[in-house]
Amino acid sequence: MAPKLMRHVLSAIVQNVPGVLAHISGMLASRGYNIDSLAVGETENAGVSRMTFVVRGDDRIVEQIRKQLEKIITVVSVQDISSNDYVERDLMLIKVRAVTGALRSEIRELVDIFRARVVDVGPEEMVIEISGRESKIQAFIERMRPYGIAELVRTGRIAMVRGSNPNSLTESDDPNSAIKAN
Amino acid sequence: MSTTVPSGASHKQSKTQVMTGADIVVHSLVEHGVEVVFAYPGGCSMPMHQSLTKYSDRLRTILPRHEQGGAFAAQGIARSTGKVGVAMATSGPGATNLVTAIADAKLDSIPLIAITGQVPTGVIGTDAFQETPIVEICRGITKHHYLVTNVEDVPRVMKEAFHIATTGRPGPVLVDMPKDVQLDSCEVDWDVPMNLPGYKPSKHPNAAPEQIRQIAAAIKHSKRPVLYVGGGVVNGEASEELRALVKKTGIPVTMTVMGLGLYPADEALSLDMLGMHGSAYANYAVKDCDLLLAFGVRFDDRVTGHLASFAKNAKIVHIDIDASELNKNKVAHISVRSDIKYAMAELNKVVEAPEDCAAWVAHCKDLKAKHPFSYDEKFDGILQQHAIRTLSNLTKDRETYVSVGVGQHQMWAAQFFQFRRPRTWLSSSGLGTMGFGLPAAMGAQAAHPGALVIDIDGDGSFQMNIQELATLHCEKLPVKVLLLNNQHLGMVVQWEDRFMGSNRAHTYLGPIDHEEASGPGSTIAHTYATERYPDFVQIAKGYGCGAATVRRKADLEAALLEMINYPGPFVLDVEVPYQEHVLPMIPSGKTVDDMILK
Repeated sequence: MAPKLMRHVLSAIVQNVPGVLAHISGMLASRGYNIDSLAVGETENAGVSRMTFVVRGDDRIVEQIRKQLEKIITVVSVQDISSNDYVERDLMLIKVRAVTGALRSEIRELVDIFRARVVDVGPEEMVIEISGRESKIQAFIERMRPYGIAELVRTGRIAMVRGSNPNSLTESDDPNSAIKAN
Repeated sequence: MSTTVPSGASHKQSKTQVMTGADIVVHSLVEHGVEVVFAYPGGCSMPMHQSLTKYSDRLRTILPRHEQGGAFAAQGIARSTGKVGVAMATSGPGATNLVTAIADAKLDSIPLIAITGQVPTGVIGTDAFQETPIVEICRGITKHHYLVTNVEDVPRVMKEAFHIATTGRPGPVLVDMPKDVQLDSCEVDWDVPMNLPGYKPSKHPNAAPEQIRQIAAAIKHSKRPVLYVGGGVVNGEASEELRALVKKTGIPVTMTVMGLGLYPADEALSLDMLGMHGSAYANYAVKDCDLLLAFGVRFDDRVTGHLASFAKNAKIVHIDIDASELNKNKVAHISVRSDIKYAMAELNKVVEAPEDCAAWVAHCKDLKAKHPFSYDEKFDGILQQHAIRTLSNLTKDRETYVSVGVGQHQMWAAQFFQFRRPRTWLSSSGLGTMGFGLPAAMGAQAAHPGALVIDIDGDGSFQMNIQELATLHCEKLPVKVLLLNNQHLGMVVQWEDRFMGSNRAHTYLGPIDHEEASGPGSTIAHTYATERYPDFVQIAKGYGCGAATVRRKADLEAALLEMINYPGPFVLDVEVPYQEHVLPMIPSGKTVDDMILK
């Protein structure tokens, strides 16, 4: 029986220098590590960026990935966020076919239930924005599939360890308060 | 342009000065104590070569005959001294010719700085003449790499390059210098701070006292301990600490191919090399040990064979400076990220000899007596093993450095040459690069002008960098080549013999119409390839080196002495049969129980 592959979220701070993303993705590929998702973005500090990786593997593999990341000179720090209590979000834009008014109403209803947002309506298609946990995004994709998905784009997962304040936001709160879109 | 080059002795400059990028590069080399650089010029590295001429009183520039030779020569300096080796090449093909030697330095953790010319920043990315994205190519095979796009970054980059190459686990650093950056000038601040927030080679540099106590306790209670030491102990300059540890505890020592010389081969407690072609006694000892002290090693597949079976019943203590080596291949019971010299010195303060391991040590010595490295000593021709053992005996009392290519001759040199000091054995061990031996010897000779430097080579490997004979002659580097010439790619022939019914598949180095070139090869012991090709004596003489050939055992010693005493570079072409196999042998992925002894 294959060992259980746990899902881990690694968060890395990297120096903002050319080639750092190529270096990291090249290292992961050449050592045969599979990445479910990789998101990169600037931080409050102009000198560094944050990368968030979702990887699957047993503890030993994830430990190796973390150590190999740390060995890259331009990687400042690596944290296995999933060993803490953390918030995780994924942002998706999805273009769905909706020609008739009836279909549009149906879709709008689903959009409300999922706390998504319609950001553009064309003659034949609607663009919807949704953010949240991976499972929620996945469920929304499944609901949209019967209507016909014309295009879909996702940012990849980003994550953050919760603050120590016990009153901090919980998972069920509006994800849009955790991620500021647009 | 107000370019100034400081003259006189090098010292800390308190005032800033205006210099070109090329001058800054070369000046930093001098400031960092580099004495020899191997550099092959081309269009995009010419400014740096012009600078090299300005510093020729303090920095010797050697022109190799191929960039790869230059980079392996730089490794020869690094491996034999522990200091940074520096190679320089131009953009494009010059840079790509360095790639193999950079990858080699990465796998063996060698401090190498490779400096390449690059097309001017304005045309980078336009597929310009002799443009290659060398930084992209080398990302995965360097410890770090720079494409310098601003002359003001050069002093910091050079400082960081030396720091990164030499600290923590050493490795190669690439500095790619576009031509316009070499020509630009700026005010230089030599005290510029490094910008390496993510590089913490000294985060947990040292074993904690608690860890040292645990290791000492494990040693004290062990009944069958073995030390397994490698390149990390060489890089950590901890051979003396190792010897002291052995003296205090009486624990037998086996070395990886990278670790040879750490413990003297002629000591009773030396179990010599372990692994695929290691000694039977080392492999038996590791199989049966109850405590494996793995210091500065990485559980390479050529050492372990089948991983799960390796040291199956042992408690494993693993100390390494590189955290990613711990628990990578084999999970250790006690794993410690530490500078090995510190860890062993601390251990030596508290360690006691195992309470009850006299029977084990006697058993190891008995194994060593029962299963020595051996060959047919009655044969009246020259066997490779015999040539190496004779050379080892003849050079015993001299300062001798030995480099090798890759293949059978390399393993026989590891088995039969007795190394007594670290850094006297230069072998491309992780990457296994044929053609390593001659240029590596060249570098070792440049770093140790008075020493005897010998490249023990095979005829396949030798021809991969044979052009460096020209460098040896022109630069007056008196390297000796012991060429074990069997006319074949012997290691592959051995595998053909053992696993592929002796079907010769492009392993004969003579003309294709020779009988040996195809079909089932002879398996009769001591068969020689009858027609010799090429004429190495004539080639060597054409390059201006001394040369001779020898075939009879009775003539060997005199021929070796002629080689050793020759005032310049010398090639001794030794005709040897091609049916010898390197034994013992643990086939790939197998265990010590599958060891082939005959």
